[in-house]
Formats: sequence, structure tokens, C-alpha cells
Amino acid sequence: MTAKVADKKRGFSYAKYGYLFVLPFVLCFLVFHLYPTLRTVLLAFTDCKGLGNTSMNFLKSDVFANFTKILSDDVFKLSLKNTAILWIVNFIPQIFFALLFTAWFTSKRNKIKGQGFFKVVFYMPNIITAATIAILFNALFAYPVGPVNSLLQEWGIIEKQYDFVAHPTSARLIISFIQFWMWYGYTMITLISGVLGINPEIFEAAEIDGANDWDVFFHITLPNLKSILTYTLITSLIGGLSMYDIPKMFNAGQPMNTTLTTSMYIYNKAFSGSYLYAQASAASMILFVLIGICSIFVFLSMRDQK
Amino acid sequence: MNKFNKRDGNTLVKIFIYIVCIFFAILSLWPFIIMVVNSTRSTFEIQQHAVSFIPSSFLMHNWKVFDGKSFNVGVGLKNSAIIAICSTVLTIYFSTLTAYALVAYQWKLRNAFFTFILCVMMIPAVVTSIGTYQFMYRIGLSNNLLALIIPSISAPAAVFFMRQFMVASFPLEILDSARVDGSPEFRTFNQIALPIMKPAMATQGIFSFVGTWNQLFLPSILLTRKELYTLPVMVSQLKGDIYKVEYGSVYLGLTLTVLPLFVIYFALSKYIIAGVALGSVKG
Repeated sequence: MTAKVADKKRGFSYAKYGYLFVLPFVLCFLVFHLYPTLRTVLLAFTDCKGLGNTSMNFLKSDVFANFTKILSDDVFKLSLKNTAILWIVNFIPQIFFALLFTAWFTSKRNKIKGQGFFKVVFYMPNIITAATIAILFNALFAYPVGPVNSLLQEWGIIEKQYDFVAHPTSARLIISFIQFWMWYGYTMITLISGVLGINPEIFEAAEIDGANDWDVFFHITLPNLKSILTYTLITSLIGGLSMYDIPKMFNAGQPMNTTLTTSMYIYNKAFSGSYLYAQASAASMILFVLIGICSIFVFLSMRDQK
Repeated sequence: MNKFNKRDGNTLVKIFIYIVCIFFAILSLWPFIIMVVNSTRSTFEIQQHAVSFIPSSFLMHNWKVFDGKSFNVGVGLKNSAIIAICSTVLTIYFSTLTAYALVAYQWKLRNAFFTFILCVMMIPAVVTSIGTYQFMYRIGLSNNLLALIIPSISAPAAVFFMRQFMVASFPLEILDSARVDGSPEFRTFNQIALPIMKPAMATQGIFSFVGTWNQLFLPSILLTRKELYTLPVMVSQLKGDIYKVEYGSVYLGLTLTVLPLFVIYFALSKYIIAGVALGSVKG
């Protein structure tokens, strides 16, 4: 009885430290993250434009004018489509190879040597500045003479030089490839750490029961990785939908806006040309809502299938 | 017999695995090798044979072309380093503190706060960039490195990572014994909790550092004065047509901006691997 009271008392008296310790985070968040977010929301309903203009004159006649303007803009729709294509084409091979390497590297039967080396090398592109990598790939795929063109000709894969950067399909594929190439190592390391975190007794029990690698991977590893997979999927989705650096630096949306992403669209609207802050804010809000819907959808669908 | 066959199959599988791994390792390294080698070759040589693994002798020539442009790598390096180091320190410390509050204490709004963090984690910087730009402009922090440093006190993704680590492997009993010894709560955090969290902090530190070092979008809208450019913003200038004629100096410029990252990465890669491995050991 007395112990219980003491417990309650202790829980009560320490609770204030919980609030105290999250205070710096909350204060900084309110000032530097929440306020700018709210401001962006409000700006979407104003006519704010022109370099450095921060005035807020709310639209009177048609409150949603900026939204209707953006939503009827074909370039905006194209940018959404591009962004979705660029992300999906990168993510499917990314998660496939990350899972494959995870299965190989954590397998008890095939003790792969040099894992440390492979992990370091696979992860390496991820730490290099995306802007640098995009320009590097642009140079590698240079036309008419560039490393990739030379190699493909030498190996007899293509007869004439091909201008990869100037064709929509190849330009998109290269951007997706860069994204894949930069991120599969990261995803792999996250997944491996997830597998190592699974209680080893479960694996031992499976081994005693005579389960093969295939069974172990699909019936033990994957189900136990679900929360990490959800995390990977959602963070990749958010990163992918706000993709900016690589397509911007690779070929700035060319050819014909086929590699223009929504983030680049927002940047172009807000920070170049006539500095249409209000319209760009409306585009930001639409992107934000889409990201929210997609994330919630992923979260719920991963949670439901038990 | 049966056993022998099985082992034989395993060897084949292993050879296949090694081939795939080596292929991907080459894929990771090849672009960088080309980059480094071509930075020592003349534009003429590059146009004759774009692929070569033999360095040439035009490094100094490329450097002169590169140095002749209004492109000061030293300044970019300094700005990037200031932002990345300060942001990383703030992020790691305050994220650990926030995660600690979420794990070590029972408070009413705890779960609501965690859900809140999960939600704001989803907001990419691009989406709120216009409000951020206008806010920084109004309080006079545009064209100031602090505009990119202070906000890193609240890094939801880092809090999430730290919390996951703590829930899995933080020995809460230690806190009780610290309380019995009469240690004040804040000191318990700094002197007992922080050292236990070192592996997670190292891993998160690398992720935060690399993330801030490489960011392009926010610096390119918040820092418009040349002397405040970060390295990625400078790299983005390399794309200009002036440099296109001189392939050798483009490759050299890219190499120079990547070099510090390579040095840091190969010095810290042990921490990544070890951090990942340690992160899974249950306390």
C-alpha cells in the first residue's frame, strides 16, 4: 500500500522534468518551424509577390484563386507526374536490392567475407553532395563524347553516340538511377540493423526446426522488419516527393519539363522570374497535403496487414 | 553424398553473391574514379578518350583554369563546416534530451507529443520554404549562417531515431539508482544517460552532419551573398556554361568539393558500421 503511494508520488513529481526537457525542442519548433509553416499557409491566400516582399494582403473576391490557378497549370500537373515516376522507378529496385543484400549479409549459412568493406562502399554515394553527384553524372553522360558513351561504344552495346540527357526517358531513368544508387546502401544498413535487433533466439528456434534460409527470411525476418520497412518507405516517399537537388543539377527540368519535379516548380515560382510567393505557397500546400495523404495511406496499410 | 552436394550448391550461391557484391562495389566507385582521374587530364584528352584509369599531367593546368573563376572553395568549405558542425552538435544534444524526456519520464502529454513528432517529421523543408524565407528576412537572419543553424535544435527525425534506440536498449534501472544517490535529474541526463547513448549519437551525428553539409535548397534561398555560399551552392555554379568548355576543370572542381567528404567518411565509416552493430545489442 505504502509502496504504491510512494510510486504514485514519484511518478507525479518527476513528470515535470518530461515537460522541462522537451521545452527547447518545442520552443525552437514553434518559432522556426511552425510559424513559417503557418505563414506559408496564409501566404497561399494572399497576392504576395515581388522580390523581398513580405506583406500580406488577403484575397477578397476569390479566396482560392491561387489554388485554382496552380491546379489548372499543366506544368504543375506534369511536375507531379514526373516526381511520382522518378520516385517509384528509384524505390522499387532500391528496396529490392536493400532486402537482397540484407538477406545475404545476415544469413548464418553464407558467411559473406568483406561485409564491412561492402557496407562502407555501398553506403558511400549517400554521403556525397547530391548536387555534385548530379553534375558528375551529367558529365559522365556527356554527348557526343563522354565516359558512358565511350564505354557503351567500346563494348558494342550502341553504335552511335546517344544524347542521354536530351531524351525524356533516358534522362528520367538516369535521375532515378542516381537516386537509387545514392540510397540503396543507406536502406540496406537500416534494414541490417533491424535484423540484428531481432531476438536471436527466434532464429535459433527456426534453425532447430529445420527452416531453410527462404523460410527464415519470409516468415521471421520480414515480419519483424515491418516497422523499420514502414519507416524506410515513409521517409523515402517524403524525400522522393520533395526531390530537388538531383534533377535540378542534372538538367534543370530539361527536356521540355519532363524532369521538372514539384519542388523545382515551387522554387521557380517563388525564387525566380516574378517571385510569385503566394502562388508558390499554394503549390507548397498542395504538395504538403499530397505527401500527408500518401504517408497516412502507407502507414495505415502497413499496420493493417498483420 | 547428399551433404557434399549441398555444400557444392552453397559454394555456387556464395560465388554468385560475391560477384553481385563486387559489381555493386565497382558501380559505387567507378564514377568517382573517373572524376578523380579526369581532373588530372586536359579537355582534349578527355574528348579523345573519356574513360581512362591513367592520370595525366594537367592537374596544374586545370587548377589554373578553375582558380581563375570567381569560385573560392576555401570560403565555401568554411561556411559549410560552420553550419554542419554547429547544427550537428545542436541536433544531437537536443534530440537526445527530447528523446530522454519521452522515454525516462511519465507525463500526460507524452504519447500525444510523440505522435506530434511523427507527424511533423513528414514536413519536408521545401514545403515551408517560402514562409521560412520570409520569416528569416523579416527578423534579419537572411544572409546569416545562424538561419541554418538555430532551427536544428528541433530535428524531429533525429528525436525519432534516438527514441527508438532508447526504447530498445536504455537501462532505465540506472536512473532509479542515480535518484537514490541523490543525483539531480539534469545531471543524471548529462553524466549517465549521454554516455550510454554515445553509439546512437555517433550514428545520428554522421547522418545529421552529412545531411546539413549536403543541403542545397535552403542555403540557396537563404544565403544569396557570395561570401556566404556553402559548398553545394558553389558546386551548383559549376554547372554554368563557362565551365562546360573546360571538362578537366569541371572534374577538378567536383573532386575538390567531394574530397573533404571522402576524408570524413573513411575516417568515420567505422563508427557507422560499429554504430549500426551496437544499436542492435540489447542493453
